Amino acid sequence: MSQQTDQKGNWIFFPLKTNDTRTSSITIIQLVVVLISLCLFLVISGSSFGQQQRFPKPEFETGYTQPSPTTPEPRADFMAWVDVSVLVLVMALAAWFVIKKRSRKGILWLSIFSLAYFGFYREGCVCSVGSIQNIALTLFDSAYAISIPIILFFVLPLIFSLFFGRVFCAAACPLGMIQDLVIIKPISIPVWLRKSLGFLPYIYLGLAVLLAATGSEFIICRYDPFVGIFRRSAEFSMIVLGIAFLLMGLFVARPYCRFLCPYGVLLGWTSRFSKYHMSITPAKCIQCKLCQDSCPFDAIDRPSEQLKPEQKTENKKRFTIYALLIPVWIFIGGFAMSQAHGFLSKAHPDVYMAEMLIKHPELKNDKNNIDIQTFLASEKTMDQLVTEAKLVQTKYYTGSWIFGGFLGLVIGIMLMNQFVTRRRDSFEPNRVGCYSCGRCMKNCPVKK
Amino acid sequence: MGEEKKYNRRDFLATGARFSLAFGVLGLAGIAAQNSRAGGTVWQIDPFKCTQCGRCATDCVLSESAVKCVHAYDLCGYCDLCGGYFKPGVTDLNTGAENQLCPTAAIERKFIEEPYFEYIINEELCIGCGKCVKGCTSFGNGSLHLQIRHDLCDNCNECAIARVCPSDAIRRVQANDPYLIKGDFTASEKTTWTNKI
Repeated sequence: MSQQTDQKGNWIFFPLKTNDTRTSSITIIQLVVVLISLCLFLVISGSSFGQQQRFPKPEFETGYTQPSPTTPEPRADFMAWVDVSVLVLVMALAAWFVIKKRSRKGILWLSIFSLAYFGFYREGCVCSVGSIQNIALTLFDSAYAISIPIILFFVLPLIFSLFFGRVFCAAACPLGMIQDLVIIKPISIPVWLRKSLGFLPYIYLGLAVLLAATGSEFIICRYDPFVGIFRRSAEFSMIVLGIAFLLMGLFVARPYCRFLCPYGVLLGWTSRFSKYHMSITPAKCIQCKLCQDSCPFDAIDRPSEQLKPEQKTENKKRFTIYALLIPVWIFIGGFAMSQAHGFLSKAHPDVYMAEMLIKHPELKNDKNNIDIQTFLASEKTMDQLVTEAKLVQTKYYTGSWIFGGFLGLVIGIMLMNQFVTRRRDSFEPNRVGCYSCGRCMKNCPVKK
Repeated sequence: MGEEKKYNRRDFLATGARFSLAFGVLGLAGIAAQNSRAGGTVWQIDPFKCTQCGRCATDCVLSESAVKCVHAYDLCGYCDLCGGYFKPGVTDLNTGAENQLCPTAAIERKFIEEPYFEYIINEELCIGCGKCVKGCTSFGNGSLHLQIRHDLCDNCNECAIARVCPSDAIRRVQANDPYLIKGDFTASEKTTWTNKI
């Protein structure tokens, strides 16, 4: 502090030494001004806010008019409603194209439009995928106000999915569209790998909700691989990640959608029970298997094999056992995750700072650590910080029990579902995994 | 009832699930709507909390930061020796590049009348580093301060600068009143919005 004062002192006296070309009277005015300022400075040093004017505003004699700061307006509020309308229109058209018109071409053009509008024009924001976090935060923090259009961005695709399947994924989501347009040579992924990777979105969803609900951060937005491409500006690492996803997407169709997207989990649940889902064939399936080769997402279920009666009873028995095991899975998941709550809570800046200062008190002397120096200079005491951090950690403790329990439930249901046998006579889209892109309809040789 | 339209147990369960999901989704939306307010929000810097750490220049997701220096002329002393314009310890009070605090020479100094000078921010050049703000708040009236410019800001869901701001100076404000220009508001006003993410 003394060093700073010295610097300031030297600096403030400086005009006296300058070889100013102007008259000496002005130098005297300057001297007076500087002396007054120095006194004022000594009085209010420390609280460096400009509430009190150190230098009074001059009274100009030459008729100078003072400019005022410009304040460019943000995007108008009603434009958010335009976005909502576009979303509804795109999804309604997609539902019509895929269910009524059975047109792959229509979906393709719609997806190009959505990529241009929600992707490059709206620069990836607002999006339904990220809106999960806004909803989670507002449910747990009443001080966080949410706007109605964001709620609609969260709700509408799910409602559409309950009726028509994942038409949001088919044509509206910019993240999906940029990947869908680069599918060149999709490969089929073995079932075991697909099922295991299919667990990742649940983890991502749970983690995103946990971190958002505790007010830590919005990881879905922060690690959105494509938003940098839409904005044409991002951290280098995020651009690399985005390009890596697109390159992978040449062969593994829509990798983000299938193996990461947290909103896809919710859409999968709703689409599974959709009222009018698209069908591959308009009439009776002739079992030509052409559709199966056309689906880049392995989302077409084959006709079921005839099971022997004893196998059926065996399956029923296993189904019951696994169903009864679900509470055990929930408990294991919750317990395991609650053990990690301390680690998870570091995502919150207060906890991170408190832990760092407790473990490494020597960091207080690190002049280059802006966070610590700002905290030390602030009015907040260490005790306050620790109290706040502990409060956050208790939230994390409860939250990680729920998060882990949720993952346990998902594992339990996934295992149980292995023994559900459903009779299928024809090739059908898997309602959970199908994005309603319409590629299979185009390939189906059966016409009305 | 025809053979194809048989309403079996599976259909019953599916309908039940559909209605419960619809109920759940709409319920979530309804609870969230309790917290909703008319009009959107945008990010803004509280100049009284800002500590000029310099992260605004480096951490914005845009390659040209949406944060710029704003001059509240009402508060300016029009000093010849401007703490926001000159480097500490300059020998000549002129516009020589070696004297200027601003790394991009974004502040224009204009003589008005003895001994007063006007300082104008050229936003094309300003990178939002806050060096001049630090100078002005330390030695002057604090009329220079950082603001998020809404013609540039993308209004991200979570502001990347807000996340790294060491003094929690960035918060959401109502979109119809999107600036916190010094002199225009008192610190007690405009605090209804949470400064957490």
